[in-house]
Amino acid sequence: MQQNPYLPITMKLVKNLVETEDRLINTFTLEFMNKQDEENFKYMPGQFAELSAYGHGEAPFGIATSPTEPGILKFSVAKVGCVSNALHLMEEGTMVGVRGPMGNYYPIEQFKGKNVVIIGGGFAFTTLRSLAKYMLDDKHRGDYGDITVIYGARNPGLLLYKEELAEWENNPNINLVTTIDRPAEGWTKHVGFIPSITEQIAPSSVDTYAVVCGPPAMIKFTLPVLEKLNFPPERIYTSLEMRMKCGLGICGRCNIGTEYVCKDGPVFSMAQLKELPNEY
Amino acid sequence: MKISKEKFGQAFDALVADYKVIAPVSDGSGIAFTEVKSFSDVKQDYLNSKLPPKAFFFPQHEKLMSYKKEGKDVTVKSELKVENTILFGIRPCDAKGMLLLDKVFKNDQYTDPYYYERREKAVIIGLGCTKIAPTCFCSSFEISPAGSEGSDLFLIDLGDSYEVEVVTEKGKALADRLALAELTADEQALVDKIKSAETPSKIDVSNTTSKLDKMFNSPYWDTLQEKCLGCNVCSFSCPTCHCFDISEEVCKNEGTRVRTWDACMAPLFTLHGSGHNPRDNKKARWRQRLMHKFNYFVHNNGSMSCVGCGRCIKSCPVNMDIRQVVDGANKAELVVE
Ligand SMILES: Cc1cc2nc3c(=O)[nH]c(=O)nc-3n(C[C@H](O)[C@H](O)[C@H](O)COP(=O)(O)OP(=O)(O)OC[C@H]3O[C@@H](n4cnc5c(N)ncnc54)[C@H](O)[C@@H]3O)c2cc1C
Ligand code: SF4
Ligand code: SF4
Ligand code: FES
Repeated sequence: MQQNPYLPITMKLVKNLVETEDRLINTFTLEFMNKQDEENFKYMPGQFAELSAYGHGEAPFGIATSPTEPGILKFSVAKVGCVSNALHLMEEGTMVGVRGPMGNYYPIEQFKGKNVVIIGGGFAFTTLRSLAKYMLDDKHRGDYGDITVIYGARNPGLLLYKEELAEWENNPNINLVTTIDRPAEGWTKHVGFIPSITEQIAPSSVDTYAVVCGPPAMIKFTLPVLEKLNFPPERIYTSLEMRMKCGLGICGRCNIGTEYVCKDGPVFSMAQLKELPNEY
Repeated sequence: MKISKEKFGQAFDALVADYKVIAPVSDGSGIAFTEVKSFSDVKQDYLNSKLPPKAFFFPQHEKLMSYKKEGKDVTVKSELKVENTILFGIRPCDAKGMLLLDKVFKNDQYTDPYYYERREKAVIIGLGCTKIAPTCFCSSFEISPAGSEGSDLFLIDLGDSYEVEVVTEKGKALADRLALAELTADEQALVDKIKSAETPSKIDVSNTTSKLDKMFNSPYWDTLQEKCLGCNVCSFSCPTCHCFDISEEVCKNEGTRVRTWDACMAPLFTLHGSGHNPRDNKKARWRQRLMHKFNYFVHNNGSMSCVGCGRCIKSCPVNMDIRQVVDGANKAELVVE
C-alpha cells in the first residue's frame, strides 16, 4: 500500500524569522526528524507542501528551499488568515505537520543548455528562490547558460531573502537585478515597476526560458513585454495559486477547466494557459 | 439463475453475521440506505433513496486523523476504519456512479485510502428497476434500468423470486452461499422484457461534450442560473459529486481533522486567502457544474459524470432541471469570438 497521502509527517520549527519590514511575512525553517522522512520527501523547485498548524488546519505553501539544501525545508508565509496567523505565532521548537511534496515543478530538464530569466514580484519569490538556488549549485550550474533574476518589491523592506540577494550581487554566476516601486533613502539600485524594468534590461529571448511569478497585475503587464522581446508562450512559465484542500486532485476545489492546479500544476507554460478557460 | 425470496431472505439473514449489511429502509420521509439486521427490515418496493449510497465509501462527514498536542510536541494517528460490507438494493444508476467515483479517488498519482479500502471490502448487490420514476433518465448514458454494470451480484425482482446474475468474483463468492435454481421459459421471457426497458425520459448527449468545448464564453450561462440559490443540494444528492472540504475540530489540546462534503455551487468554495475568487458569481459556478459533468470529466476520465438518477431534479428547491440545462446547451447558438 502506498502511504496515506492525508497524513502529514512531523517536522520541527527550528527558526521563525520575521522576513519583511511590515512583519507580514515570516520565513519558517523546518527540520526533518529522521532520515526516512527526508528520503521520502524528494522534491524539485516549484513544488509545494501542505503545512499543518495543529489546532488550526492546513494550507498550501511553495517550498522556498532547493533540494540541494539537505535536512531542512523553508517556507515564507504571508499572514492572511487562520493557518498563516497560527504559523506566525509559533514558538521555535514547535512540531508542525507537512504533507508533500505536491504538484509539478519548473521544467529544469528543458532549461538545460539554455539561458533562464527569472522574474519575481513581491512575496511570490519563494519557489523562484528555490529554482535559482538549484541552478546555482556547483553540481548544476554547468548545465545552464546565463541566469538572470529580476526581482522587485514595493520598497526595500519588503524584499525577501536580503542576505542571499547581497551574496548574489557579487556572484559572477548570476545576474541579479532588484527594483523597488518608488525611490527610497539609501536605495541605489533600480527604481520602477517590474514590467518596465524588464523592458529596460531587455534580456535576449534567444535560447532563453522565462519564469514569471508575482501578483496578477504584475504578470498581466510583464507578459506583453516578454512577447515584445520575442519569448514564445512555450518558453514562458508561471506558477498559479488556487484555493486548495487535498492537494491530491480529489477534493475538486482547484480546477481550471480540466486541470487540477494541485496535481497537474501549479507550474504551467503560457502556451498551456492559453488553452485553458480564463478562470483563475 | 434464480432464488426464491424466502430462501434469499434466509441467506441474507445469515450474511448479517459476517458483514455489515446496508439496505434500503423506509425512514418515514423516504428511502434511506441504512444498516439492517434482518431481511424483513428491507424495503423491497421503492424507486430510489433520497441520498445516493456513495456515503458508505465517502461519508458526508468523516475523521481523517486525530492528534494530541503536548507542549511543543504532537502525536498524529490515522482514523481509517474499515468493515466488510454488503450494499443491497443498489440501483444501476448508482452502481455506475460508484465506477465513476472510483476514477476520482484513484487518479494518475494518488489513491485515497479512506475511499478505496472501504470500496475494496464492499460487495454491491444491485437490484434492477421494474418501476421508473418520471425524473429517471439513465438511458441517456447507456445505463439500462435493469443493467448489471457496477454490481457484483445483480438481482431482478420476479415477484416471488429474484433472477440472479453473477457479475464479478466478489459476487460469485456470495452466490456460492445461495441455493440457485434454473429460470423457467416464462421467467426468462419476463427477465428479457425487464432488461429491454428504457427510461421514457432521455436527453441527447451525443454532441454535448464537443459543443461545450466551445461554450465557455457563451451568453448561455448569463441567465440560465438566475433562480439558483447556491444551496449545494444538487451536489450532495449526486452519486458522482465528490468535492469535499477538510477542516479541524479542536477541543483543548486534542483535535481531529475531518472531511465534509462540499460543492462548487457554494461561493466560498474557491475563495482565495487574498480575497480573490475565480468563481465569484453564480454564472461561473453553474458553468463549472455543467462543464465538470459533461465536459471536463469526459476529457479526464472518458465518460460523463452524470448517471441520470434524477435526484438533483427532485431535490432542487427552485426546480432547476439538469435535463433542460443540457438540452439548452445543445441548442444554444455559438458566438463567434
Ligand atoms: C500552490 C500554492 C503555493 C502557495 N505558496 C504560498 C507561499 O509560498 N507563501 C504564502 O504566503 N502563501 C502561499 N500560498 C497561498 C496560501 O496557501 C494562502 O494564503 C493560505 O491558504 C491562506 O490560509 P489561511 O488559513 O491563513 O487563511 P484562511 O483562514 O483560509 O483565510 C484567508 C481569507 O479568506 C477568507 N475566508 C476564509 N474562510 C472564510 C469563511 N469561511 N468565510 C468568510 N471568509 C473566509 C477570509 O477573508 C480570510 O482573510 C500558496 C498557495 C498555493 C495554492
Ligand atoms: S465540481 Fe461541482 S459538479 Fe463537479 S463534483 Fe464537485 S460539486 Fe460536483
Ligand atoms: S439544488 Fe437547485 S438551488 Fe440548490 S444549488 Fe443546486 S441548482 Fe442551485
Ligand atoms: S486541492 Fe483538492 S483537487 Fe486540488
